[in-house]
Amino acid sequence: MNVTPNEPELGRAFLTLLRRDLLLAFRRPAEIANPLLFFIIVVTLFPLGIGPEPNTLQTIAPGVIWVAALLASMLSLDGMFRTDFDDGALEQILLSPHPLSVLVLAKVIAHWMVSGLPLILLSPLLGMFMNLTSQSIVALVLTLLLGTPVLSLIGSIGTALTVGLRKGGVLLSLLVLPLYIPVLIFAASAVEVAGVGFPIAAQLSFLGALLALALTLAPLATAASLRISVS
Amino acid sequence: MNRFVAWFHRWGSPKHFYDMSGRWAPWMAALFFLTFIPGLYYSLIGSPPDYQQGESARIMYIHVPAAWMSMFIYGVMALAGAITLIWKMKMADIVAQVSAPIGASFTFLALVTGSLWGKPMWGAYWVWDARLTSELILLFLFLGYIALTTSIDDKRTAARAGAVLALVGVVNLPIIHYSVEWWSTLHQPSTVKVMGKSAIHLSMLIPLLLMSFAFKFYYAWVVLSSARAEVLDRDKNAKWAADVAQAQAGEMPS
Repeated sequence: MNVTPNEPELGRAFLTLLRRDLLLAFRRPAEIANPLLFFIIVVTLFPLGIGPEPNTLQTIAPGVIWVAALLASMLSLDGMFRTDFDDGALEQILLSPHPLSVLVLAKVIAHWMVSGLPLILLSPLLGMFMNLTSQSIVALVLTLLLGTPVLSLIGSIGTALTVGLRKGGVLLSLLVLPLYIPVLIFAASAVEVAGVGFPIAAQLSFLGALLALALTLAPLATAASLRISVS
Repeated sequence: MNRFVAWFHRWGSPKHFYDMSGRWAPWMAALFFLTFIPGLYYSLIGSPPDYQQGESARIMYIHVPAAWMSMFIYGVMALAGAITLIWKMKMADIVAQVSAPIGASFTFLALVTGSLWGKPMWGAYWVWDARLTSELILLFLFLGYIALTTSIDDKRTAARAGAVLALVGVVNLPIIHYSVEWWSTLHQPSTVKVMGKSAIHLSMLIPLLLMSFAFKFYYAWVVLSSARAEVLDRDKNAKWAADVAQAQAGEMPS
């Protein structure tokens, strides 16, 4: 505390926080697994509800898989700050001399690594369930790769706003889901268009732009929200 | 500039706000009636029916101003949110919180009138048109804001949390709007052509403008009146509020 904060200090704090969050997540594997299981089950429900016709499944697959991904990432959001808020670790993070937005970014990256990354690894399997062509599955993986970080980043704002509330879960979905719409639109359309054989560069560029925007602005908003929620 | 700053700062004082809003609200009400009544006359009787859409086109005189208001009010909330966060001005967060239900009502009104108009024109109450869809999402944003601010007990925390949410929403609104537009042109090319605004005839433009001014004055009137009540409620333990209560009790015949 008595030395002025400088660059390597900040980097170390960032990595420490990242490692800590990952370690905590891996100590409770059920919390990583449950949203994934939810993702798989939701996608499985659609063929059961609609019928196993391959053409129908292929048409609805991009939307269904992406909506399930949105819901699954939302389920895991609540844990991003909740435990830290409950045990007081969040206050310690707020008190640190480092810029809060950078530390928040470390937490968001950790969240994405335990919630978004496994989702991406699972998605080809679900794509095959839903009868997607191989080009579509490649597009699905690419869009998830660009899109899920945006979900984690936007979601972190909503989570930070609701962390002080006891029943934040449903409220969180009300706040966050409308903001997810652009990601859903571009990603689902990319997967759909790829199935027909058209290029998807435009959609991927849009998703990339959304990611760049979210990466620069969302941590600031999350940091401001955390200060409000904890004060 | 200094006079402007001083004027701006004075609005931060609850008592000043209470006095000024009490003075302005009746004027806003008067202006509302002055524009609303002729506006209603011209839109229902004084303007010709549309050559293609017939009398159904008259719903536009409610629908279009309501849709404008919905966006305008979200903008006001975001601006008030920025003022709340930057200058911690109490009045700004009161204005934002009081505006949210009004904005949600205008959005709802725009959606309902839009779908009532859509039934005879498009043959369906609801079409996944880009404008309708983004208006619906705007309604969700309003409702999310209301849900957040009402579930936080502490009023100041609620105001600041709402301010962040409104600002995040305002950054997202154009993105949502254009992505929805892109999405709808992709899924259903050129189903509908909403009439161009530049092509509107003067006889229809007059009622439209009158109604949109009327809605603006209505909003100003309602927001001032309800903000006034909210100010008094929040400051009920302050001396000036007690003075106001005493003065009003003195006016009443006991």
